[in-house]
Amino acid sequence: MNRATATQSLSVSFTVGLYGTAFGAASIAAGFSIFQTCLLSLLTFSGASQFAIVGVMGAGGSALSGIATASLLGIRNGLYGLRMTPILKVRGLKRVIAAQITIDESTGVAIGQEDRGIVAMRHGFWLTGFGVYIFWNFFTLLGALGAQAMGNPSAWGLDAAVPAAFLGLVWPRLIGKFERTLAASSVLLAIALSPIISAGLPIIATALLAAAFGWKERV
Amino acid sequence: MNGLWLGVLGTSLIAFLLKFSGHSIPEKYVTNPRALRINTLIPIALLSALVGVQTLTEKGKWVIDQKLAGVAVALIALSVKAPYFVVVISAAVISAVLYRM
Repeated sequence: MNRATATQSLSVSFTVGLYGTAFGAASIAAGFSIFQTCLLSLLTFSGASQFAIVGVMGAGGSALSGIATASLLGIRNGLYGLRMTPILKVRGLKRVIAAQITIDESTGVAIGQEDRGIVAMRHGFWLTGFGVYIFWNFFTLLGALGAQAMGNPSAWGLDAAVPAAFLGLVWPRLIGKFERTLAASSVLLAIALSPIISAGLPIIATALLAAAFGWKERV
Repeated sequence: MNGLWLGVLGTSLIAFLLKFSGHSIPEKYVTNPRALRINTLIPIALLSALVGVQTLTEKGKWVIDQKLAGVAVALIALSVKAPYFVVVISAAVISAVLYRM
């Protein structure tokens, strides 16, 4: 394996894995147990979806609206899978494992190795996927234990740390005026709907806003 | 099974099925440009909505409290390209200080 791919994979794994602390704490603050929190990281293993389920249910939303929001955010992993299959060329159990670690980072690092050749792309995918998996789960547990020890979430600012964590996730995607307009409209729509429809639904409603924004090709 | 467990297991099951379907469906079936375009916008809408709802509402009611100050600081931290951890922790510190005052 070439050194550049390995270094890149490991540094991405560690940095992203650290965010697991924020997730672990957010999940405890939302009322999930330590065991449930760790299961979300082990089984769901997709940061934005995990934050969504604990965010929606923590705000009093039903399990179904939480699952719907998390699943809408998980669709992109399916698209990453489409991109990775012809590169990985694996079957059976290996394909199941590859699917589980198909996330933003493993796909991103793999695609980033394109000019180093297909073998480097494969290495980047597996190393980053496993790396993030290990660090993400380790730091989830750490964050959950920490939050458990703290008690009242508001006294430690956890209630503001959770929306700040979401903000940090969406920020890199706000690359132009179009994206920022969609973000601002989504905030307004969700807040406006909050007193009217039950928790969780205002968030799902903004997916329709995304559909409206994306309907026409931009020129 | 209570709601939280349903949330944990349901989210996990669908998350895996979505990932696995990508590795199993031939690419030619899912290259509709409109669907791809909308799919890149969905995270922006949902995550922004979550930021808004968690900052400014509580149990279906509008509230303005220490959380807003925390998130405002996070916004400033992001705009000066602070690392993710600084963003999250600065929001927590400001909010906690105001809460305890």
